[in-house]
Amino acid sequence: MGNITLEKVSESYMDVLKELGNIGAGNAMTALSQMLGCKVDMRVPQVKLLDFQEVGAMMGGEEQIMVGVFLGVEGDITGSMMFLVEKASAKHLIAKLMMGMAPEGDDFSEMELSAMKEVGNIITGAYLNSLATITNLKIFPTPPELAVDMAGAILSVPAIQFGIIGDKLLLIQSQFFDEVEIDGYFILIPDLDSYGKILGSLGIPVE
Amino acid sequence: MGEIIKVGMADLKTCVSPDGLTTLGLGSCIGIAIRDPVTKIGGLAHIMLPDSTAIRGSGQNIAKFADTGIEELVRRMVAMGANKSRMTAKLAGGATMFAFQGKSNMVQVGVRNAEASVKKLQELRIPVLAQDTGADYGRTVIFYPETGDYVIRAVGRPERTI
Repeated sequence: MGNITLEKVSESYMDVLKELGNIGAGNAMTALSQMLGCKVDMRVPQVKLLDFQEVGAMMGGEEQIMVGVFLGVEGDITGSMMFLVEKASAKHLIAKLMMGMAPEGDDFSEMELSAMKEVGNIITGAYLNSLATITNLKIFPTPPELAVDMAGAILSVPAIQFGIIGDKLLLIQSQFFDEVEIDGYFILIPDLDSYGKILGSLGIPVE
Repeated sequence: MGEIIKVGMADLKTCVSPDGLTTLGLGSCIGIAIRDPVTKIGGLAHIMLPDSTAIRGSGQNIAKFADTGIEELVRRMVAMGANKSRMTAKLAGGATMFAFQGKSNMVQVGVRNAEASVKKLQELRIPVLAQDTGADYGRTVIFYPETGDYVIRAVGRPERTI
């Protein structure tokens, strides 16, 4: 499996990865709805293989302020994962979670950041759990880290990891809404040999 | 005033004064600005990774790496009439956005990007006049070959020029 590349993966197995992304995002939304105690609707997630130049523009520009939650993936597969949401949407989610106790204002307080980390933890945990169930692989997340910054700067982290193996980035866009519409983005970044393990576990031979 | 030309991630572009160059939201990547003060030809590369030789079969984009990206930028500027012996450089970016950055060879990729960029510029005998690298926040940069000013913007921080 040493000579698998992301280009090869994307040509042959894009549909499988898309479906995994769909299921993962669906489970993440269920977890979010349980946590917030309200109904969260979602659209069918969009799975996209993007050039690095296109990534920032997709999220409303490279300078759009986003909240990024980033964590490591360990176990049978290794890699990392990121969940991104626009700053205003993050504010909205936090306010819901804190039931109106969140302070007004443009910046995030320590407590809000901590709440957002927890949101990220639950969403990514549900995503990875569903992936582990489908593939029957052991997948453990590491504690999440958070950054509030320009989309381009936050995305440079997953982009660089994809840059090691190719010239494109695999992004799952999941739109969900309760009263307001929220765009959330998932980026799963398996290490290269983990692609083979994921596909192999589903009975799909790789090379 | 000239036009400000946008440089994307893993991309490089050149211009002549009064035009300028910009790249938005640099994280762990580096924006390398090079200028020939006589012809006022400028170039900006937005690199993502330190070393093309450490990675095999990783795509065709030479602008992605510090070593090949800087070489190509200088080559294009010389082709436009710039003189390599007069060139000077400024750097920005190379942040560590998250303390955890994935697998071990990705630890401090921002720092390694900055080091690799400086090393390549030294190899080409292009002096580095100033740099604003490291820390944990993103940067937007605008480069003016007319004056050599390299303007750096970050969220919640005053604008600065190096």
